[in-house]
Amino acid sequence: MIKTDIIIIGAGPVGLFTVFEAGLLKLKCHLIDALPQPGGQCAEIYPKKPIYDIPGYPSIIASELVEKLMKQIEPFNPGFTLGETAQTIEKGSDGDFIIHTSQGTAHKAPVVAIAGGLGVFTPRKPPIENLSIFEKDNVHYIVKEPAIFNDKNIVISGGGDSALDWALYFAENFAASVKLIHRSENFRAHNDSVQKALEYANDGKIEMILNSQVSGISKNNDQIVLGVDSKNNEKFNITCDHWLPLFGLTPKLGPMGDWGLEIQKNAIKVDNSTDYSTNIDGIYAIGDVNTYQGKLKLILCGFHEAAIMVQSAFKKIYPNKNNVLKYTTVTGIKGF
Amino acid sequence: MDVKIHVTDREGNKQTISGPTDMSLNLMELLKVHEYEVEGTCGGMALCASCHIYINSKNNLPKISDSEQAMLDDNWDSKANSRLSCQIPINESIDLLTIEIAPEI
Ligand SMILES: Cc1cc2nc3c(=O)[nH]c(=O)nc-3n(C[C@H](O)[C@H](O)[C@H](O)COP(=O)(O)OP(=O)(O)OC[C@H]3O[C@@H](n4cnc5c(N)ncnc54)[C@H](O)[C@@H]3O)c2cc1C
Ligand code: FES
Repeated sequence: MIKTDIIIIGAGPVGLFTVFEAGLLKLKCHLIDALPQPGGQCAEIYPKKPIYDIPGYPSIIASELVEKLMKQIEPFNPGFTLGETAQTIEKGSDGDFIIHTSQGTAHKAPVVAIAGGLGVFTPRKPPIENLSIFEKDNVHYIVKEPAIFNDKNIVISGGGDSALDWALYFAENFAASVKLIHRSENFRAHNDSVQKALEYANDGKIEMILNSQVSGISKNNDQIVLGVDSKNNEKFNITCDHWLPLFGLTPKLGPMGDWGLEIQKNAIKVDNSTDYSTNIDGIYAIGDVNTYQGKLKLILCGFHEAAIMVQSAFKKIYPNKNNVLKYTTVTGIKGF
Repeated sequence: MDVKIHVTDREGNKQTISGPTDMSLNLMELLKVHEYEVEGTCGGMALCASCHIYINSKNNLPKISDSEQAMLDDNWDSKANSRLSCQIPINESIDLLTIEIAPEI
């Protein structure tokens, strides 16, 4: 069981900055995120785009902001559970919250800060009949353990970075064969990856099936058979071991919707006149995930909410201690 | 001026909405103002496809950019008449356009 002062759900910019504000009050944090990397929307949707409204930065690239936040919180040594979704929450006999992830990892703390943004980033699944039956063995939306694909015949669908990157990776690493199916001839991925994939296609390392899309799936012993339709109305089958439909991730509110929190239009209602507390004592919601009258889904607003929220969390954890606000210029940063 | 747009939502309900041409709005934003279920997750940068619509009337919409095309090409429910509504500015040229909101991604 991982024990800490504040469990932060969501390692987006707001979750990350919460570690800093909490650290100034000597509160320790542990972050949980469904994504394998920190940064939330900044990392997943627009890592290479400039942001112009972070105070003090006339312009900063989203991925650079995440790097700087990671650097800023380093002295406070936060814990991370990445690639796992916070699934259930319950109250232990001592009043602490216990949160279990999709993979069963347990976390315990007196305070929970939900910085879940627009929700859990979940794979976009193609609307194909019976697909779910194959999700256990043959169909994968995220590559967690590349080793299981050794010596396997793999089909990848999609035209974005993850589809191209994994096609290249498997072509270079031990797969028996790699086929890439894409609806058009244009790719959304970085030019370098596209050029490399086209070279590999020329060398026979990747078979490119363009202007085509998978429309059905069935079983053939341990393998699967994908029914493919092409734009010029040809139909054919491909037999393979694994299919990776990689059409990107889209945020969905997810498990937090069932935790007894007051939800309004896919966001958690909070008390913005005091401390961004939710209707459950000890659970706060900050950043894009919360709502109140006049809410703005902006990074700087989330940062402000984090600073206010940790003051209240401190009083909850140490009811008999008085905290006096000190400037960082006066105290410096004392890590732990 | 105000333009009128004929909208069919995901349940098949039809309604005509209007929007001002002088607020530099795009069609995704106008649909959100009218409480349609388009998320607009990426804020209108052709990066998410949550504002995907079908165009069901003759039109002279702005050309599809490479990034919009690539996003549509990577989207399951795309058809020949697909557009990302965030890439369509509200101006006189779209008056009386007929659109349908594509399935949720
Ligand atoms: C294209 C684009 C451009 C933008 N430009 C700007 C801009 O210029 N300026 C600006 O201020 N803002 C901008 N934004 C908005 C900004 O990115 C968000 O306000 C910000 O990311 C919110 O941060 P957050 O930490 O609250 O949430 P997020 O960044 O959404 O992070 C939340 C994280 O929580 C995780 N999560 C949720 N639920 C769970 C769960 N149950 N278990 C585990 N993990 C979970 C998610 O996987 C996600 O990683 C932009 C957004 C987009 C998409
Ligand atoms: S709002 Fe994201 S693509 Fe239009």
